[in-house]
Amino acid sequence: MNYNVNEKGYYGEFGGAYIPEMLYPNVEELRQQYLKVMASDEFQAEFQDLLKEYVGRPTPLYFAKRMSEKYNTKIYLKREDLCHTGAHKVNNTIGQILMAQRLGKKRIIAETGAGQHGVATATVCALMGLECIVYMGEIDIARQAPNVARMKMLGATVVPALSGSRTLKDATNEAIRDWINNPTDTHYIIGSVVGPHPYPDMVARFQSVISEEIKTQLQEKEGRENPDFVVACVGGGSNAAGAYYHYLDQPDVGIIAVEAAGKGIHTGESAATSALGKTGIIHGSKTLLMQTDDGQITEPYSISAGLDYPGVGPMHAHLFTSGRGEFISITDDDAMNAGLALCKLEGIIPAIESSHALAIFETRTFKPDDVVVVNLSGRGDKDLNNYIEYFNL
Amino acid sequence: MNRINDKLNTKSKLLSIYFTAGYPNLEDTVPVLESLQANGVDMVEIGLPFSDPLADGPTIQASGTQALKNGMTTTLLFEQLKDIRKTVSIPLIIMGYFNPVLQYGVENFCKKCQEIGIDGFILPDLPLAEYQEHYQEMFEKYGLVNVFLITPQTSDERIKQIDDASNGFIYMVSSASVTGSQSGFGNAQTDYFARIKNMNLNNPQIVGFGINNSETFDAATKYTNGAIIGSAFIKMLTTKGIDGISDFVKSIR
Repeated sequence: MNYNVNEKGYYGEFGGAYIPEMLYPNVEELRQQYLKVMASDEFQAEFQDLLKEYVGRPTPLYFAKRMSEKYNTKIYLKREDLCHTGAHKVNNTIGQILMAQRLGKKRIIAETGAGQHGVATATVCALMGLECIVYMGEIDIARQAPNVARMKMLGATVVPALSGSRTLKDATNEAIRDWINNPTDTHYIIGSVVGPHPYPDMVARFQSVISEEIKTQLQEKEGRENPDFVVACVGGGSNAAGAYYHYLDQPDVGIIAVEAAGKGIHTGESAATSALGKTGIIHGSKTLLMQTDDGQITEPYSISAGLDYPGVGPMHAHLFTSGRGEFISITDDDAMNAGLALCKLEGIIPAIESSHALAIFETRTFKPDDVVVVNLSGRGDKDLNNYIEYFNL
Repeated sequence: MNRINDKLNTKSKLLSIYFTAGYPNLEDTVPVLESLQANGVDMVEIGLPFSDPLADGPTIQASGTQALKNGMTTTLLFEQLKDIRKTVSIPLIIMGYFNPVLQYGVENFCKKCQEIGIDGFILPDLPLAEYQEHYQEMFEKYGLVNVFLITPQTSDERIKQIDDASNGFIYMVSSASVTGSQSGFGNAQTDYFARIKNMNLNNPQIVGFGINNSETFDAATKYTNGAIIGSAFIKMLTTKGIDGISDFVKSIR
C-alpha cells in the first residue's frame, strides 16, 4: 500500500483540496510549482545551508541511557528541541519562506495556536525582510503572552481571531480569509500537515529532514538505518510526518502516533482525533475530525496547546484507518509526569507536546533490544508556566 | 427545468437574498421566506449554518453562530421547510459548507431537498473536480442545480470549465473578498462584469458579495442577470427583524 500522497492529492481516501473558488488560483499555483521549486539545485542549496547554519541541523540523535535503563529498552531522542526557535516548526517555515520568495510573494500570513509556529514564521520573515501577519485566537493570545511578545519583537503583526471559539481553528479560518482577501501578493505559511493539497505533502517534505537524519545517525550508532519503532506526538501532525516520512514504506519500522487524550477520551475534554473523530472536511482537507452528528466542528481540549486541534493531517488519518500506524492517546496527567521524569532522568525539559510521546513507555512495553526513536519535537521553555502551575513549583 | 431556470428565463435584474436559517430566532426561517416572497424578492439562498464558514465575513459568521446556538441543525431545517412549497413558490437554494452535507449523507441530503422542493445548492467548498467526479450525477438525478463561484482571479479557461459543469447560473463573486467586506464598486468590478458578459457563457450570471444598496445592485445588474444580497440583509434583520424586510427590499429597487 502507498502511504504517501497520490497524484490527486489524496492519502487513501483522505486529503484533497476542498477550498472555495476564491482560493483556487493561489492553491493551484502552489500545486503546480512546489515540486519543481523544491527539486531545483538552487532552492536545495539555500534550504540546506539555512538548515545547517541558521537552524543548527543536524540535530543530535541522543541515546537516552538512564531512560533506556528505566524502561529496559533502547531509547533514542531526536533532539528537534535544539532547533533555533525551540522546535521542529522552523524546518517548515524556512522551506516555505524560500518557496514564497520563488513565487514572488511579498506578504506572509500564518496561523498559530500556542505560538510556536507563529514565532517560527516571524523569525524567517525577519530573516528575509518580509511582512508578517500572524493570526492567533484571542484566548490563545491571553494564554501565551511570551510567544506573542516574541513575535512582536521579531517584527510580526499579531492579529487576534475573534470569531468562533477564538482558538487555533478560528485563527486558521481567519488566515484563510486573509488569503481570500489578498489573493495575489500573499503566501500563507500553514504550520502543520493540514489544509488543502499540496500543503500536507509540502510540509511533510520540509519536515522529512528529521527522518532523513535519523537514518544516517542510527546507521552510525546501531549499524542499521531502521529503528524498530518511531514515536511522535500528533496534533495536526507535522513533527510526526517528518519523523515517519522515510519509514512510511518500511514495514519493519513500527509507527506510533501519540494523541492528546486531555482529561480522558470520554470526558468531553479531549483532542484524541483518531478515537473521537469521523471523516469530514476541515480547513480544505478531507480527514478525521472531531465534530457533532450534524457536522459542526467541535472544540478539542488538551493541556498542550500544540495538540489542541480538532482534526489531524490526512496522512495520519490514512495511517490510522489503514492500520499502518499504532495510535495511542495520553492524558494531561500522564504527559506532565513524563515531562518531569525526562527532566530528572536526562536533564532535558521537553515541550508538553513532546511529553505526550515520552509517556508511552509507562503504558506500552518494548523488548530490551528494541530500538525506539522518540521525536522530541520541542523544548519546554514555552511551557514553564504550565509546569509551574501543575506541579506547584 | 426547475424553478431557477424558469425564473432566469422570464426575469432580468433578479434580486436574490441570502439569509441564515434559524436567525435571528430559531422559528424565523419560514416567516422570513414568506416575507421575502411577499415583498417581491425573486430567489432566496437559505444559509445552512456552519461552525467554520471560511468564505464568510464576520456578519454572516455571527448569524450562523447565533443560529447554531438557537439550536439549528440540518434535520431541523428540513423539518421547518417540509410544507414550504404550500406558501412559497420562488426558487430556493441551500447555501452552506460541504461538511454538514457530508455528515447527513450526500444522497439523503439530495433526496430530502427534492422532497421539500429545494431547487439547488451553493456549496463554496465543494470544488469543481470533486463535484464532477463524485456528485454531479447524483445532484442531477434529484433535479438539483449546483452553482459554482467565480472571482476576478478565475482564469478564462477555468470559467469555461465551470460554465460547462453548471446547469443554473454562475455566481460571480464581485471582488477578491469574503462576504460583507467592501462598500461600493470601482472600475475593476465593472471591467470584470463586462469581461464576463463578453465571454457569452451558456449560463446566466448573478453577482454576489458587496451588494448592499440600490447603487451597487444597479451597477451589478447592468451587466448581469441579477444580484445576491447577504450580509447587508443579515445586518438589517439583526436590528429590525422580519418587519424590516419590506423597507429593505424597497430600498434596493
